[in-house]
Amino acid sequence: MKKLQFSEICKSFGSVVANDNISLSLGEGEILSLLGENGAGKTTLMNILFGHYVSDNGFIEVGGQKLTPGSTKASLDAGIGMVHQHFTLADNLTVLENIILGTEPLTRLWSQKKQAYKKLQELSKRFGLVINPDARVADLTVGEKQRVEIIKALYRDASILILDEPTAVLTPQESEQLFKVLKEMVKAGLSIMFISHKLNEILEISDRIIVLRHGKVVGEVATKNASKESLAEMMVGRKVTRPAYKKLKKGKAVVELNDVCLKASEGSTSLNNIHLKIHEKEIIGLAGVAGNGQAGLASILQGLASPSSGDFRLFGESLNKYNPTFLTESGVARIPEDRSKEGVIGEMEIWENFLGEELRTKSKSGFFIDKKQAVSNAEKLIQEYDIRCEGPFASTRLLSGGNIQKLILARSLSNNPRFIIANKPARGLDEGAISFVQQQIVNAKSKGAGVLLISEDLDEIFELSDRIAVIFGGRIHGPFDSNKVNKNQVGLMMSGEMKSDSIYEN
Amino acid sequence: MRIKTRRNTPVWLIAVLPLLSIGVAFIIGAFFILWAGESPIRAYLALIKGSLGSTFAITESLSRATPLIFTGLAAAVAFRAKFWNIGAEGQLYCGAMAATLIGTGMIDLPAPIMIPMLFIAGAIAGCLILLVPVVLKTHMKVDEVVTTLLLNFVILLFVNMLLEGPWKDPMAMGWPQAARIIDNGVLPTIVAKSRLHLGIIVALLMSILMWAILRFTVWGYEIRAVGHNQQASTFYGISINKSVLMVALFSGGLAGMAGVSEVAGLKGYLTLTLSPGFGYTGIAVAMLAQLHPIGVIISAIFLAAIYVGADAMSRTIDIPNYIADILVAISLLSVLVGAMLTRYRIVWGK
Amino acid sequence: MELFEMMLTTSLWAAVIRIATPLIFATLGELICERAGVLNLGIEGIMTIGAMAGWLWVYQGGDLWGGIVFAAIVGMIFGFIHSMLVVYLGLSQHVSGIGITLLASSISYYAYTLLIPFSTTPPKIVPFSAFEVPILSSIPVLGQALFHQSALTYLSYILVIITFFVLYKMPIGLTIRMAGENPVANEAQGINVLLIRTGAVMVGSALMAIGGAFLTMSAFDAFYFGMINGRGWICIALVIFASWRPGKAFLGAILFALFEALQVRAQLIGADVIPYQIFSMMPYFLSILAMMLVARKAAYPKALLIPFRQGDRI
Repeated sequence: MKKLQFSEICKSFGSVVANDNISLSLGEGEILSLLGENGAGKTTLMNILFGHYVSDNGFIEVGGQKLTPGSTKASLDAGIGMVHQHFTLADNLTVLENIILGTEPLTRLWSQKKQAYKKLQELSKRFGLVINPDARVADLTVGEKQRVEIIKALYRDASILILDEPTAVLTPQESEQLFKVLKEMVKAGLSIMFISHKLNEILEISDRIIVLRHGKVVGEVATKNASKESLAEMMVGRKVTRPAYKKLKKGKAVVELNDVCLKASEGSTSLNNIHLKIHEKEIIGLAGVAGNGQAGLASILQGLASPSSGDFRLFGESLNKYNPTFLTESGVARIPEDRSKEGVIGEMEIWENFLGEELRTKSKSGFFIDKKQAVSNAEKLIQEYDIRCEGPFASTRLLSGGNIQKLILARSLSNNPRFIIANKPARGLDEGAISFVQQQIVNAKSKGAGVLLISEDLDEIFELSDRIAVIFGGRIHGPFDSNKVNKNQVGLMMSGEMKSDSIYEN
Repeated sequence: MRIKTRRNTPVWLIAVLPLLSIGVAFIIGAFFILWAGESPIRAYLALIKGSLGSTFAITESLSRATPLIFTGLAAAVAFRAKFWNIGAEGQLYCGAMAATLIGTGMIDLPAPIMIPMLFIAGAIAGCLILLVPVVLKTHMKVDEVVTTLLLNFVILLFVNMLLEGPWKDPMAMGWPQAARIIDNGVLPTIVAKSRLHLGIIVALLMSILMWAILRFTVWGYEIRAVGHNQQASTFYGISINKSVLMVALFSGGLAGMAGVSEVAGLKGYLTLTLSPGFGYTGIAVAMLAQLHPIGVIISAIFLAAIYVGADAMSRTIDIPNYIADILVAISLLSVLVGAMLTRYRIVWGK
Repeated sequence: MELFEMMLTTSLWAAVIRIATPLIFATLGELICERAGVLNLGIEGIMTIGAMAGWLWVYQGGDLWGGIVFAAIVGMIFGFIHSMLVVYLGLSQHVSGIGITLLASSISYYAYTLLIPFSTTPPKIVPFSAFEVPILSSIPVLGQALFHQSALTYLSYILVIITFFVLYKMPIGLTIRMAGENPVANEAQGINVLLIRTGAVMVGSALMAIGGAFLTMSAFDAFYFGMINGRGWICIALVIFASWRPGKAFLGAILFALFEALQVRAQLIGADVIPYQIFSMMPYFLSILAMMLVARKAAYPKALLIPFRQGDRI
């Protein structure tokens, strides 16, 4: 009898088929990986498992018993625990409060905190997950927050643990640590389902791999029989192409940061004496765990924040004006981290979002909007970049994530920028879109632009960058020539465990 | 229950929405009328007759609509930027005070100069008072809902103080009211034997002006952008603070002009009862118009008609004229629901 | 000097407690709504209709506590309407709240005008009478002020403690706080966020209505149009000032009431020199000042004003 069994699960949203007759099973004491690109249907399947959606057809069995559909409580009671990709923690509350939420009947008069402390201590010891129950979640690092998420599931006596893209925000070393913990859990009797699109890790941790594509199960293979290439091909359905890397002779410096400091603010840590030089015709990949200053650095380069001290030189000139309009006018392309919330205004029409950054510059009178010109420019770019939409007057909120990113790329790159700040540009996109985005960046580099690529995906960084830098604790280590440093070293720098002077600096 | 975005919204639905909302209000209002022991049909007929049934009734409705167009615009512009200016009532009185200060004898100029001057003075007064909550918001992050609201009470007390003190008209036989606006400052009546005055023309012009600004200008884009998404607006290089300031200037100015219109056009002098809540009703006007400046004209007339009609109705039928406020409040809530249903569908189940 | 001497009299503090009581109820009510993530701008209207409904119950022959329950139920109905609009449909909490205030106020005035025949002096009822709490009322100065009050005031003290206990010591309180911080966490545990928020708003609205009823059934004995006079809005400021904590809400209400009581007395002293309206303005300025002091660091519940859509996967 399988621990967890999905039988012929179907789920459609309108005309979109998210899950198409999916049947798969998870055995006792097994680590199963569910592999698929963004949009393959993994999330929908998990939502059904967790009672957030009800499948149109099919059923789920846990330990032989049919699972009541549509009830999160039933799923939790059946022993299913989920470690979400985006943490479901409240910053202003303590670790303990976040963990005991929902574990006590709402009619109970007094919260049993003493027992909770005890149980947490036991769990911590057993699985090697160190946490401080009284800490405020807002003060925790990303790795610590994930540990809290995991303990939350264990606290509810989960026997099946589902981890949704857990390593997306971890350093290689932290991922190793996580894998150790998972192996301990399996020894203790849990069964684990590991959802990811990172081939290396899947090959390392799982016993068996199931591949989803376009909502269907397209492959099932024992890990020992799988390879990166075979998995990638199953995942995407064709040979995966990534832009070819070509090293070009780098030109003049386009951006120079000397001793740049930035005070910490809400949402970003401080920057301390940043030194960085980015040249024409090169891509510098900036690796780092979220929360180490990337947000601050990106906002300086995007014109959203001014350094508290230090010198920021753009195209050779020291900057004293820090606003997006000036930067855009001068030839800086900005690709923001949160494309739908920061990169576009969903409620406005597509042509208005094309205009957005250049609102004042493109207005000849400085007062009236030159609508005709803006609309025809939008139409041209929609064509050129193949943006799937109902025309320039359609509402932007109807666009898919990939198309929003195309819009952002179209408006930024069509002006032949000399410097591009790309903050996690391919995050959350499907393979086709990822290739497109990366190709655009590589093309721009060939045309002479200098690029700072901030990414959490080490594979992407190593594939595209000429030089690699690491940001940790608000300081930058490197940049190093990309063929003079390996992933392990970068990983250690990302977690602050390696001093960069031990690597030859460029 | 799940809420799904509609891919396209039928245009007719948007246009008809305010009417549907008022319709819903009338249906629910009928229960209140029944409670009073009267026939809803009779009552509503009396209401319609009293508001639209004669030339005089129509001019009364239009006069009543005049300040509502101004305060409706004030709310519409502010709410577009999600700046919750609930202080139009107080800003209206500030405009009225400005008109009284300048227009009761301080200076005397020919009407074509005097009248615009009064409007400008009123607009400035409305702007200035709203500047306080604006600065508190942009520099100290103080929520504007409470500050604008509380200032209403302060301003009313201030007017009260002036009317019982230095501005008390000695010729008013003991009533607390200010001196009359001088002849050159009075807004001329535009329909003979009625109270409908020049104010409505000014209101209509302001409507068109606001519409043009919101639609065609860079300012309008920035105001709308800030109301939709502050993070992306900042990314685009739009200054949130400058946009909020601009919105406040427009909003406060328009509300101030409402005050001028009432003092110099309708009443002739400043009293404490100058505004029976025009500032607050303006919010209902704006919502019914879905924040559209031209739509504000129509919804102001509708709501004014309800008030005028209810007044007339309560003279012949024994229903408290608060029924008008009830109808307006229900309209406001219905249009809120209705506007959402034009963009989203409710899907039952998971 | 005279003012300082005033501070030490029992009669001042007794007045302070009387003035503070409706504020305590209403601030606690709004605090509960906002902790769950919902701004309830219907507070002014709900206090109005609570005042009218409770009073009307007694006027029509009912008993005082029946009136309080009736007021609470009426408050809950308006809380329910607000909740349907902003929690289930996710509509603008600002606009809905203002609509609720307009609706509740206008219904109050309509009903009162309908049911009460016109007379030059508003009709009265026999309000709650004050009684002493044994032992505690013997404490010098404050004893008579704090413990020689009406039953409703004692209820307000108890409610402060209950609210604290529920929010911080009971599982349901944690759920409410989580609904205001990160409702997705609630959903991940199988808790229905919409129900929790609705429940909180309804309970909060009941308290607001009782706060209004205190004015017509204890402090005074008749219903006047406009008697709430902005108290509801002041409570919105007080909630922020209290950092959404019941204990601080109690202190904030007392502090505010102290200034209000002083202001009233100052009017009598300064009547010849300063127009009374200036004094009457003080409470409003004070509220604005209180907000200025705390606004920058205010730790708003993170999910306040953000509608929760089930299945809102990030």
